[in-house]
Amino acid sequence: MSAPTLVSGSTDTPFVIAGRTLRSRLMVGTGKYRSPDEMVRAIDASGAEVVTVAVRRVNLNRDADDGVLPHIDPTRYLLLSNTAGCYNAADAVRYARLARAAGFNEWVKLEVIGDQDTLLPDTAALLEATRTLVAEGFVVLAYTNDDLITALRLEDAGAAAVMPLASPIGSGLGLLNPYSIRTIKHRLSVPVIVDAGVGTASDACITMEQGVDGILMNTALAAADDPVRMAHAMRLAVDAGRQAHLAGRMPRREVAVPSSPSVGMLE
Amino acid sequence: MMEQRATSPEGVIPVVNGEERTVAAGSTLGDLLRELAVSAEAVVVEHNREIVRDRSRLDSMVLATGDSVEIVHFVGGG
Repeated sequence: MSAPTLVSGSTDTPFVIAGRTLRSRLMVGTGKYRSPDEMVRAIDASGAEVVTVAVRRVNLNRDADDGVLPHIDPTRYLLLSNTAGCYNAADAVRYARLARAAGFNEWVKLEVIGDQDTLLPDTAALLEATRTLVAEGFVVLAYTNDDLITALRLEDAGAAAVMPLASPIGSGLGLLNPYSIRTIKHRLSVPVIVDAGVGTASDACITMEQGVDGILMNTALAAADDPVRMAHAMRLAVDAGRQAHLAGRMPRREVAVPSSPSVGMLE
Repeated sequence: MMEQRATSPEGVIPVVNGEERTVAAGSTLGDLLRELAVSAEAVVVEHNREIVRDRSRLDSMVLATGDSVEIVHFVGGG
């Protein structure tokens, strides 16, 4: 399988989740766009392969068809259904089962929210739902906070990938705790994908520089003045951050070191 | 209205996506979807908390008053 292509043409190790090699380290959501056309163009510009969707009731009054499948070709993208809006394990499991019954794949972005103001995860319920869904054969990508112990427990529970937040969902506050994210990445064997909180391209770049395997974002694109241009910027930023990580940054120093020779100066 | 009722004197009232909806007695889930102009292939149906995994069964599952029917699909989300 081919590795993700970086902008410069240099190579990278393949990005693999549950045996599937993905062509982009950037995953994007489909929510909150101003129009389906803008969403389609932004997703195309992002280069993403994995695209998240949500499960909701069909609007039976037919005054508006809010379905996303007429716009997103499921043969071109890997649909990753989420359990957004679920506040307990049983609801999250129910939504995951409904999504799987749509017949596209076994993947689920598992969210169990614990608080309406911060949308931070209920990690105990998240672990419970992870165990249930893994036992049923789901490929679970678990949205969690930036806590190492929870991340380790999720891996033990069989999560195919762990998705710690950069900052709260929809906040655009960027990467609040690089140390936690680095530590999670160092300690886990499964892919670590930072999900939520990235606001602009520099956030994405700094996040990728921590060595994580990928980033999932939605609002940073959908709420930008120009989502298509921001999607392009994010694509470049994710690649730049990944390359910088692979390149290995210079050490930080507290004193200046001249870049030019100190010998050969005129008398 | 009276004439409509006369044609289905034994209508049943399942709860569809949270709202009571009267359908003719003997109606199946498949009949309900056709009445709502919803393509079975584009949705997932849950009947009394059981997912109808095999869509070919929709035409043999008869509705009763008080049944809970959820018809869902994928919408935009993050």
